[in-house]
Amino acid sequence: MADVTLTNLHKRFDRTEAVSGIDLEIKNNEFVVLVGPSGCGKSTTLRMIAGLEEVTEGEILIGGELVNDVPPKDRDIAMVFQNYALYPHMTVFQNMSFGLRLRKYPKDDIKKRVEEAAEVLGITELLNRRPKQLSGGQRQRVAMGRAIVRNPRVFLFDEPLSNLDAKLRGQMRIEIKRVHQHLKTTTVYVTHDQVEAMTLADRVVVMNAGLIDQVGTPGELYHSPRTRFVAGFIGSPAMNFLDCELSELDGGLVVKVGSELSLPVSSGRLERYRPYVGKPLTLGIRPEHVTEERVDRDGVSLSVDVDFVEPLGMETMVYFSLAGEALCGRVAPELNPQPGQSAKVCFDTEQIHIFDRSTDLAL
Amino acid sequence: MVDSSKTLGSSQPIRRGSLYIFLRQRSTIAFMMVLPLLLIIGCLVAYPFFYSIYLSTLNKAETAFVGISNFLFLFKRETFWMVVQQSVTFALIAVVFKALIGFIAAHAVNNIPSKGQRKWRGMMLVPWVIPPALSTLGWWWLFEPTYSSFNWILEALGLSAIPWLSDTFWARFSIILVNVWVGAPFFLIMYLAALKSIPEDLYEAASIDGASAWQKLIHVTIPMMRNIISITVLFSIIVTFANFDIVRVLTQGGPRNSTHLFASYSFRVGIESGDIPLGAAVSLFMFPVLAVLAFIILRNVRQRTVNI
Repeated sequence: MADVTLTNLHKRFDRTEAVSGIDLEIKNNEFVVLVGPSGCGKSTTLRMIAGLEEVTEGEILIGGELVNDVPPKDRDIAMVFQNYALYPHMTVFQNMSFGLRLRKYPKDDIKKRVEEAAEVLGITELLNRRPKQLSGGQRQRVAMGRAIVRNPRVFLFDEPLSNLDAKLRGQMRIEIKRVHQHLKTTTVYVTHDQVEAMTLADRVVVMNAGLIDQVGTPGELYHSPRTRFVAGFIGSPAMNFLDCELSELDGGLVVKVGSELSLPVSSGRLERYRPYVGKPLTLGIRPEHVTEERVDRDGVSLSVDVDFVEPLGMETMVYFSLAGEALCGRVAPELNPQPGQSAKVCFDTEQIHIFDRSTDLAL
Repeated sequence: MVDSSKTLGSSQPIRRGSLYIFLRQRSTIAFMMVLPLLLIIGCLVAYPFFYSIYLSTLNKAETAFVGISNFLFLFKRETFWMVVQQSVTFALIAVVFKALIGFIAAHAVNNIPSKGQRKWRGMMLVPWVIPPALSTLGWWWLFEPTYSSFNWILEALGLSAIPWLSDTFWARFSIILVNVWVGAPFFLIMYLAALKSIPEDLYEAASIDGASAWQKLIHVTIPMMRNIISITVLFSIIVTFANFDIVRVLTQGGPRNSTHLFASYSFRVGIESGDIPLGAAVSLFMFPVLAVLAFIILRNVRQRTVNI
């Protein structure tokens, strides 16, 4: 078990800078997820921690030990790859025991460890099969088994569920969480799927263009995104954004979106928002906070023309335009909105986010 | 109201003859499409093969059936057994060196950055692309005892000249050398393709598992290349056993028949000495051995393909 510390970490490929100086402290036993769009540098960061990529600049410490120049095999880490990376010519047992055999563990010990890991993952009956004879989910379990059998200081996961179908992905997420709760090994997990990030992580690291935009618990990222990017990346469907302005009104403030929408600012935010009156800003509001009118919520109602709807059973996503922007709301299915008709939606004023348009930072 | 007769008439399938149905079957169409290839193989491979079996059962004048007498006659001839021994030794040594050199060269080329790789790949394929009879002629000049470059270099270094093609040992050495030079690029290109097909993440997983470069070679590279290695070696053994042009151009089987292989000896006996049935018997001698070898190797390849 170990802490992982990244200090001013840079990675350059020829003229391209994949990672542009990140600082991150991952505590012992913590499950940290690096999330971001393709090309944001998350996998490169993970590969640098693994020792599969050289560090251009900066430091990586595992358990307080500088490992920049330590080869992967001596870092005491285990990694689960996107494509599983199982040796096709070896059986499941041989795959899982390969690292132990190379490290010359006694045969009895190897057998015991592999059988224990196989039991944890429910793959005992697969030990004599070859990877070709396994399903995607079983292969993923074997890849995890190969990682946990060595009892490493750090687990690294590189988009391990991206090759699985949606149902299996959900099952494997639970499996990974269960294994982490059982083993409590420090884990760094890379994904571009924000649902995976939110459901698995103790802390989520949102990366964008080689930099960390925000580090926080899933709740912090959802409720208090630091930047417009984080606000847009976390949550599904994505947050709605509208150009807006702050105006004074009777000693209070209102958020004005053109002439169509005015949302009063709650008293708790007045002091924070007041310096930005008259400046170009962006209003952010999640679809789940654009709903039908509810008695338990303060909000501003607006009649909108529905462009199209997505009935999901337990709720209906309703799409409409406001101030030239496409917006999404989440309403009760009983409302039964229809394309081409008008519907009344309510903007929850307690759940709005305001971003400075010049910096994209949240106010 | 429904016009039942019209409805019935329009939906009833048109009756076709059995020949039409037979020709419309997918298997028939597939067979018809491969038929030209089968005919070519029949003309160029099957017919000469069976004809040579037939020839090997005739007497020298090709007028009487003699059964396996030609084979029995060969078994009693010391020269023939020398050719068998030479062919086996030649094929084994040459294939081992071709495989080794090809393997090492494939790794070397694979490690060259992709920008310059094509150039090296092209250059290394040159020996394989040039017609062997032509390139062997070049080698013959290099080996020439009096004016050759090899001996000139040796003498310039103060060493004595080597009778490359007139001494038994050096003649055999020269033939193997030229065969390796011509054949190694084939191994290179096959192994290079195999190397490129190995997923990079297997090596990365092995690195994390604790494998050294040597252990990666033993536990990842070679097992992943095994099928290509098997097929390439099998193919090479067959063509090396059947080698003719290098021996013909370089030594004509000399000195004292010590560099003859099956093909060149068969030519000597059958064409130059005018005993075509005996020549056919020589050329057929290795067929059962190679057929068994091919069967075993291909069966292993098929089993591995099923499992991996």
